Amino acid sequence: MRRQMSQDRSWYFPFMDALTVHRLHFAFTATFHYIFPQLTMGLALLILILKTLALRTGGEHYNRAARFWARIFAVNFAMGVVTGIPMEFQFGTNWARFSKAAGGVIGQTLAMEGVFSFFLESSFLGVFLFGEKRLGPKAHWFAAFLVFAGSWLSGFFIIATDAWMQHPTGYELGKNGEILLTSLSGLLLNPWLFWQYLHNMIGSVVTASFVMASVGAFYLLGRRSEEYGRTFVRLGVIAGMISTFLMAFPTGDGQGKNVAWHQPATLAAMEGLFETTHGAPLVLIGQPDPEKRRLDNPLAIPRALSFLTYQRWGAEVKGLNEFPPDHWPDNIALLYYSYHIMVGLGTVLIGVMALASLSLWRGRLYGARSLLWLLMLMLPFPYIATTAGWITAEVGRQPWLIYGIMRTPEGVSPHISAGNALFTLIGFMGIYTVLAILFLFLVGREIDEGPEHPVEAHAVTL
Amino acid sequence: METIWFCLVAVMIAVYVVLDGFDLGAGIIHLFVARTDSERRAVLGSIGPVWDGNEVWLLAGGGTLYFAFPALYASSFSGFYLPLMIVLWLLILRGISIEFRNHIQSPVWQPLWDVVFAGASALLAIFFGAALGNVVRGVPLDASGEFFLPLWTDFTVGMDTGILDWYTILIAVAALLTLIGDGVKGWAAVYLAGRVGAAVGAADWVVAAAALAVFLGHLYPVFHQFAGGKGVSTAAGIVYALHWQLGLALMVVWLASVASTIASIWACRSLPRRDAGSMVAGSVPVFFLYISTACCRTT
Repeated sequence: MRRQMSQDRSWYFPFMDALTVHRLHFAFTATFHYIFPQLTMGLALLILILKTLALRTGGEHYNRAARFWARIFAVNFAMGVVTGIPMEFQFGTNWARFSKAAGGVIGQTLAMEGVFSFFLESSFLGVFLFGEKRLGPKAHWFAAFLVFAGSWLSGFFIIATDAWMQHPTGYELGKNGEILLTSLSGLLLNPWLFWQYLHNMIGSVVTASFVMASVGAFYLLGRRSEEYGRTFVRLGVIAGMISTFLMAFPTGDGQGKNVAWHQPATLAAMEGLFETTHGAPLVLIGQPDPEKRRLDNPLAIPRALSFLTYQRWGAEVKGLNEFPPDHWPDNIALLYYSYHIMVGLGTVLIGVMALASLSLWRGRLYGARSLLWLLMLMLPFPYIATTAGWITAEVGRQPWLIYGIMRTPEGVSPHISAGNALFTLIGFMGIYTVLAILFLFLVGREIDEGPEHPVEAHAVTL
Repeated sequence: METIWFCLVAVMIAVYVVLDGFDLGAGIIHLFVARTDSERRAVLGSIGPVWDGNEVWLLAGGGTLYFAFPALYASSFSGFYLPLMIVLWLLILRGISIEFRNHIQSPVWQPLWDVVFAGASALLAIFFGAALGNVVRGVPLDASGEFFLPLWTDFTVGMDTGILDWYTILIAVAALLTLIGDGVKGWAAVYLAGRVGAAVGAADWVVAAAALAVFLGHLYPVFHQFAGGKGVSTAAGIVYALHWQLGLALMVVWLASVASTIASIWACRSLPRRDAGSMVAGSVPVFFLYISTACCRTT
């Protein structure tokens, strides 16, 4: 009886197809996961800077500041680890056909991430958090450096995996449709990877800078831990000014050219460009209408898109009409809006940091309460910009799972019904809600206790 | 080349089972053998610094399996969809309960995470055991090399197979008991070192060294074709000397787990294989390593 039911699938959920649920499943778990690494990777760099300042000045101030951020790092890191393991599993559980075909390639980078980088990062994080007394200042600085190196290496292998899916290199197709890796250097020196990696890592520095400046502003506005508040605001604003600028140029520009060269249909959809145009305008706002193939209510800078893409004001930019609709990204509105949110917020972030840098340079920032309020309230926006950026990258890759090789519906696990996938998606939503509450509670507590709080070991002590 | 990768994956999974099996066991028993917060800290102290390092072996094994045997990875991970998702949730709960436990000193906060930790560890042991049962028995692959099984059956002895059925649950209980024995072993060493150390006024590093010794003791069998396991009886002797009720209980547990392992192997042989030609034959030896380590460590 049971056997018959499992073969007849018509009684399974009729209202959502399995492919949609599998895509939402990955999108939700990946988006939630990346809240944590995007802070830790950037914060690792800022902690290294604090440790360098501590070595230079020889005082306890910067060491205490580094310890405070290491505690926040540790909570974020634990969250990143427990939400990261499901990502590796999901390639096999939800995307079995994709894994079967491409496992020989992306399994390489994922395994390297697990073995080299994650191991380096997690073991030296333990050394960094609990070994300060035994190590001495120089060795402790080196532990901070290895945590930084491990997390940035980790990021490299993960971005290498995504870059290969965006722009496959170094492979050949086998007899049974499996994808064989022919060159490891082709995989690791993918031209797409260079700008995507830098753009992503700089984005993570932007997030960490805003978080540090925001916490510093919180202390200054609350008239508590003001000595540390000034340090956090200063480092956050200086690092934020440099990183928001690098975010736009050259990394954002380079990533845009990646898309223009290798995914022209995606570029057209991102910009809402339907007709091929010489001297294409850069659209600031407007609503794309894929049904009628036009952009409603556009507000645009004439010729700017052509110039940004090809450095010539009159250059031709291909519109979506040049491509058959089954090569169009399958959710043009989502792609268009998330891209514009990323770029718009990125511009706002540059503006805020420029304003704060100017005030800092004039020596007025620590007393400028309205500017400090602004810095504090900016906290969520780099997270939103980063998330919108990743939605742009991943929705922009559609309808391909591996660009030009495998379409998304071909990669899904054929035997997992929509009902089963929805069950586990809701399960993840529930457990991640609990994690989010715990995370905010613990981080909020650390911020409330402040940097002066005496160090106590947070891991299990012997 | 396949053979080398196969051996590598086998070793990684075996090392994971040996190392994390100990963490799981310690997780299960610490609620029962350790009553006070400092005793529980001693148990957690034996795994605190190493558990995430141990879990890296699972990730590394999974990653290597992924690129060396993509078809096996795809087929088994999607076929075991529901139990794997539950394993993921349990791994999440276990991870945060160790990491977040000591953030707040409170008579409610720590016991809460202790219960979550013990529950997640016990269920993980059961699910890993059931996974072993499934792989030893084999799964019904279709023409494209894929399968999907229901999460549970009605648990009557019969032809209908599920991920959790009478046979796999039997193996799961054996795994649970084995790992409980493992955990006690680690706990005993650390606890003893702590007690003795406190009595003679020794420094913290003695306890750390004891934990390290247990850790290395677990590595030992790997380098001797899994023929180790004498440490268990030694530890059992120590436990027996310390606390005879506990020793007696352990002996019963070990005998039961040996008996259930034998029973389950017998059951495995007598089970009619519906479609023997289409089993995931390649993965069975990996898990025979798993079961052989489990058996070794129960003797």
